[in-house]
Amino acid sequence: MLGRLETLCNLSGPSGNEGPVRRYIREYAKQYADETWVDRMGNLYVHKKGSGPKVMVAAHMDEVGMLIWGAMDNGLLIYQQGGIDPRVVVSKRVLVGKNEIPGVIGAKAIHLQSQTDREHALDHTELFIDIGAKDKADVLKYVKPGEGAVFATRFERYGEDHVKSKALDDRVGCAIAMELLKNDYECDFYAAFTVQEEVGIRGAVVTAYNVKPDVALILEGTTANDMPGVESHQHVTRVGNGPALTFMDGGTIVPEKMFNALKKTAREENIPFQLRQGSRGRTDASEIHKSLAGCIAGGISVPCRYIHSPNSIASVSDIENAYKLADAFLRTKKFEEVL
Amino acid sequence: MAYDKQMLKDILDAHGACGREKGVRDTIKAYIAPHADEVYRDAMGNLIAVKKGTSGKKIMFTVHMDQIGFLVRSIGEDGFVRLINQGCINSARCIAREIRFENGARGVTYFETADKTVLTAGITSQFVDVGASTKEEAEAIVKVGESAVFASDFVEMGSRIACGALDNRICCAAMVEMFRAMQSEHDVYAVFTVQEEEGMRGASPAAFGVKPDLNITVDVTGTGDIPGAEANDVVMGKGPAVKVKDMYITVPEEVIAFLENAAKKANIKYQYEFAPGYTDAGPVQRTGAGILSGGISVPLRYLHTPVETVDVRDYEETVRLLCAVVAEKELPQY
Amino acid sequence: MYDKEMLKHVLSAYGPSGREETASEVIKSYVAPYADEVYNDRLGNLIAVKKGTSGKKIMFSAHMDQIGLCVVDIDEKGFLRVTNVGGVNPIISIAREVVFKNGTRGVTFFETEKGAKETTMATLFVDIGCESYEEAAAKVDIGDMCIFAGNFVEMGNKISSPYMDDRIACAALIEAFRTMKSEHDVYAVFTVQEEVGLRGAGPAAFAIEPDINISCDVCGMGDIPNCVRMSVKLGEGATVKAMDSSVIVPVKVREFLKNAADKRGIKWQNEILRSGGTDTGAAQRAGKGTFSGCVSIPTRYIHAPIETIDVRDYEAAVALLRAAAEEKELPRV
Repeated sequence: MLGRLETLCNLSGPSGNEGPVRRYIREYAKQYADETWVDRMGNLYVHKKGSGPKVMVAAHMDEVGMLIWGAMDNGLLIYQQGGIDPRVVVSKRVLVGKNEIPGVIGAKAIHLQSQTDREHALDHTELFIDIGAKDKADVLKYVKPGEGAVFATRFERYGEDHVKSKALDDRVGCAIAMELLKNDYECDFYAAFTVQEEVGIRGAVVTAYNVKPDVALILEGTTANDMPGVESHQHVTRVGNGPALTFMDGGTIVPEKMFNALKKTAREENIPFQLRQGSRGRTDASEIHKSLAGCIAGGISVPCRYIHSPNSIASVSDIENAYKLADAFLRTKKFEEVL
Repeated sequence: MAYDKQMLKDILDAHGACGREKGVRDTIKAYIAPHADEVYRDAMGNLIAVKKGTSGKKIMFTVHMDQIGFLVRSIGEDGFVRLINQGCINSARCIAREIRFENGARGVTYFETADKTVLTAGITSQFVDVGASTKEEAEAIVKVGESAVFASDFVEMGSRIACGALDNRICCAAMVEMFRAMQSEHDVYAVFTVQEEEGMRGASPAAFGVKPDLNITVDVTGTGDIPGAEANDVVMGKGPAVKVKDMYITVPEEVIAFLENAAKKANIKYQYEFAPGYTDAGPVQRTGAGILSGGISVPLRYLHTPVETVDVRDYEETVRLLCAVVAEKELPQY
Repeated sequence: MYDKEMLKHVLSAYGPSGREETASEVIKSYVAPYADEVYNDRLGNLIAVKKGTSGKKIMFSAHMDQIGLCVVDIDEKGFLRVTNVGGVNPIISIAREVVFKNGTRGVTFFETEKGAKETTMATLFVDIGCESYEEAAAKVDIGDMCIFAGNFVEMGNKISSPYMDDRIACAALIEAFRTMKSEHDVYAVFTVQEEVGLRGAGPAAFAIEPDINISCDVCGMGDIPNCVRMSVKLGEGATVKAMDSSVIVPVKVREFLKNAADKRGIKWQNEILRSGGTDTGAAQRAGKGTFSGCVSIPTRYIHAPIETIDVRDYEAAVALLRAAAEEKELPRV
């Protein structure tokens, strides 16, 4: 699973340009699936037919990134983004467009900054991507407006139990869902790999209408705020404390029976878990659970420190335990208990 | 000790806004009279219960029976009632409350939302909705000058109780419990004072009348054991606090030693109080030619709100300490 | 005369957003005797059906969830840290009594050192009278929700209580459902999770596919001192909504409701809610879309635990809901 996670993380897939990720997953999934297809929005479906309730696991393929908006006369690229703190992008290398052209996001050098410049954080509107082009005409030879850009950082193992990468949110979810495809569960099983989650949960709603699931299990990378100076009740999750179960976030209140079934599964299988102690942020569950006549949706998340940045950190054991928990939930047919 | 819950509830429930203490005075009187040799009120409205002793010495307890509250300041043409607060009440904490008037009428409070927020709406930008649509309708319900207090429930939480008016009715109830249980050689005066919340106006005249050898003020004190509280060593559940200092008194060493000694002999755990507020202890000290004065305080969280919280164990230990104090043969000397 | 005992019972039933089971049971006990069928859907919406003969379906919806607080952490001294469920003002939430589903009671306060101006949900806490993590965790778990306590205060024609939003509308729908005679299939839907973003009504409407939905909710008013101008007044009748943040009500639906009211001499007012959405919008856009309108009960001090209504408006809302169900002709495309 870790090998596939590394490949997934290193692929480029900003919201709306998830192609490389989708192709990789689909190619892999074919060996296990009865059918795979892609809908008009770009969501990928992997179906393993079975009897019993329709159960859908969902993970989003897109990562926070940028969309090239236009070029300046001097050859710098203007971009738009979703979900990225402008303070983390300065001086970062990015890969632009289909051809992954290296670029860098620059800012005024320190000795040219006034006092007020230094006291205020630059906004995205004041930042540009530089790919070394001479002028507007030159830059447009290499990059077209509408193409994406992502951080150029690579996946690495850190320490005994950690991985560092861009796009852990939500390639961890994709990697876990891919691993689940190897197994057979006593249900009509779908894995949905969704698009455009980071720009407003746009793909997931369509997956619900296409699959019409009875139960949905959302696999996510989530915020870990276990930093010095942050009080315990604001940690949301803690890296290394096990997969996080959500009772409520900004988009979903997980039904008590679903929340309890996930806790019960973890206890039965001796899988460590933590509760996601925050109420902000949304996942694909927020749209899926209220689609059609309603669906039972819950989530298992992998805590990621420095999420939405070029380098976030997650624990290998959290990822493995998240997989184990999702697998056990499906294997022990807990989806039947929540309906 | 199983405390008398009904008595406590009755005393908590009785009306007693500053200067409008008749309800609570009558309630306390009914409870304490059977255990006193004499019960009377003075011109200020203080209620004084006396149990005679043989030593020729007088020990006095000042316990205020008034509570934070409001008076009706005006009634608008629109039927909304405007209040003025009595006692120190955070104005944001006055918004969206149920209040009860002395005459039994009820109302709810809110503020002028067009140009104020919960934080900027002072008491003059707040109003009471008594269900009236016109001035006449409102005046049939309450009059200008009518007093009101926060409505609140008696909430039991494990060994804790939450209720408005625990400041200072918990101590009024403790005083009744003391009168029921105490043994003393001295004349014991329980003085239930008025208008403490508006500037400790009742205690000094009462002390002038009684001329005691020792005054102990029994009141509540804030704690520092809640998240993000200002520094304060008083902890709930660790026993009554012996007053060392508040904004109006530095208690004489001999009084502190006397209280400590009484507590130790009775094996009562106690704490020390350095309060950022004030109590009747200060004004009594400076009455007439001066009176030895100290204080015993019950730890209380969320002061001056409708959810003031005390620990029953502190309450019970306070009663024991009060009984221990009156049982002392030797009062402090100077 | 309205059914005061029912109203009190419905007002006091526990049911914060996503945890509406108790409220659903209470409401069910009042509607079941008058319904041909009563069931909960997957999200927990309670649906009572009374069959008609016209082949048309009229849906009424009132949300049964309520705002509250959700425990996110328990500290080593037994204090609970919370977050809001729905639109809760953190400063108004200070020094309140709260109640959990299992009856555990507590009081709220805030980190005073940081000052009231800094008060956010992160500095608010709940004291349930415990001294340690273990003691508190035995009573309350992370993820548990509590609601604000308060009294049923009668003030002349007005009543004040926590959770008039939206239990007063649930009660109105119960009263109307018990007494209405309709040729249409009537669906009384008590929805979940309105306070956290109108999440329950859409799925219910998707499944029912009604010919028209009439939501019943509370709305603001403009008759308290120095508030933002609004034409709605307490005591002047139920309102017929024209617009709120979630919906623009079709003129046909408004006319349908106004005509139904006028025919029977029911007092009504026009309502435009400047901010805040209702199930009206969620139901309107479910499935292929449906006609959707709303009857509101003017309410003062919304989302504070002293929400205040006028009984006459409540009775007008009951009458108007009943009138809508009794109309033979529903609005047509």
